[in-house]
Amino acid sequence: MRLDVLRKSYGAVAAVDGVSFVVGPGEIVGLLGPNGAGKTTTINMVMGVLEPDSGAVSVEGETISSRRSWVLSRMNFAAGYAPLPGNLTVYQNLRVFSLLYSVPNARERIATLLGQFDLIRFRNVKCGTLSSGEQTRVSLAKALLNLPHLLLLDEPTASLDPATARHIRSVIRSYVAESRAGVLWTSHNMHEVAEVCDRVLLLSRGRILLGGNPKTLPALHGKKNLEDLFIAVALEPLSLEGVLP
Amino acid sequence: MSVRRIAAVIVRYVYLVRGSLSRVFPLFTWVAIDMVLWGYLTRYLNTMTASNFVPTLLGAVLLWNFFIRVMQGVTMIFFEDVWSRNFLNVFSTPISIGEYLGGMVLSSVATSVIGLGVMLAFAVPVFGFSVSAYGVLAIPFLLVLFLFGIAMGIFGCALVLRLGPAAEWFIWPIPALISPFVGVLYPVDTLPLWMRGVARALPPSYVFESLRSLVLGKDISFTPLVWGSGLALLHLFAACWIFRDVFRRAVRTGLIARYSAESVS
Repeated sequence: MRLDVLRKSYGAVAAVDGVSFVVGPGEIVGLLGPNGAGKTTTINMVMGVLEPDSGAVSVEGETISSRRSWVLSRMNFAAGYAPLPGNLTVYQNLRVFSLLYSVPNARERIATLLGQFDLIRFRNVKCGTLSSGEQTRVSLAKALLNLPHLLLLDEPTASLDPATARHIRSVIRSYVAESRAGVLWTSHNMHEVAEVCDRVLLLSRGRILLGGNPKTLPALHGKKNLEDLFIAVALEPLSLEGVLP
Repeated sequence: MSVRRIAAVIVRYVYLVRGSLSRVFPLFTWVAIDMVLWGYLTRYLNTMTASNFVPTLLGAVLLWNFFIRVMQGVTMIFFEDVWSRNFLNVFSTPISIGEYLGGMVLSSVATSVIGLGVMLAFAVPVFGFSVSAYGVLAIPFLLVLFLFGIAMGIFGCALVLRLGPAAEWFIWPIPALISPFVGVLYPVDTLPLWMRGVARALPPSYVFESLRSLVLGKDISFTPLVWGSGLALLHLFAACWIFRDVFRRAVRTGLIARYSAESVS
């Protein structure tokens, strides 16, 4: 996936201001930044529910504006703020989305995902009655239904307990290793980001200020760890502007 | 067009209806109540005059209810996504606007046919209504009302998408707002001149005027029904165009992603 100089403003406020980056096959890229930095706006533009003022999003060489259905069929997303309809059961939701994504052998695929995300016992339970952690697992199962080439995960483990979060990270990493899918991952958990991501981009006020390997980047900027670097970006973004080549 | 994606919209609605008495109940109840109410009123009127009000009054109410069921069949599918805050999930899938609307229309066909069946089950055996009174014209009558119902349903969805979830209260009264103009219960000539002007732009007017002419034994011209069909198609194209335009605006402004806020300004 490639983002070329993406911009989006709401009135005078630039939510995303000239963001460009690439997510390669098999690469997990962390998009980090304080609240309101433009992470979700960027993800919304990637998945076609928000039109950029300028710039382009392309997946495997095709843009959403020119081949919307084709591009969207190659990606999927999960976010804590977008749970699946609570008035349908886990299976019904996955069945409906398997049709929306034209998933072949949907029943088998759903059965596999129910097992992977420990959802078999909730198969016929309405999503609205599940705990937030269980709903997150259903959203993640939905996100892998169509074996996406690009996976967008907006704080995917935010409502999960540490053990479940670790399991989910391992499921996603296995999927990436097998499928060579690219992942764009936002999180406020810096330990998780350091563990999972191959590369991170630090966003503030709609602009990417820093980017690099999460394990080496903090030291390059005189910080002890990624969390300290994150806090520096959140509190003093101006001091770091222009650092990214 | 993907058949699977259209089927997804229908399957979702089947799942919802199957598991919910509050969704099954309205498919039968209101049309049945209307048939009973108007059926007995018709029977009472028949005792007072020599005329038979069944084909003109009860038949017109039945056809008007069919239009309402078609319209509500479309809007209900959309409202399910509004109520479950599902826009982000649905519109980030490969589904196109045409496929989404196609799913809504096909779901509406099913629910409106159920409604029509229930109405006939009351009107025919209990009140002596006969579809044969309309002859072959019953087909264009139903077709015009179906097309206009779909058009009004899609227009209503566009309105809610544009103005936010609270705007659903604009949608429910639409049939009541239209009915005085289209002469469901009385000839359009009864109306003042300006209302007749509005009636000419609304396809159901041609249906109900033709229905009355037919039942009263007047000469029937097909021209009004051709006009009615043409107008219904025009309304349908306009509604689809408006919905697509409103959707594109919602994507441009970010309203789809933040729909519960009702406005992004």
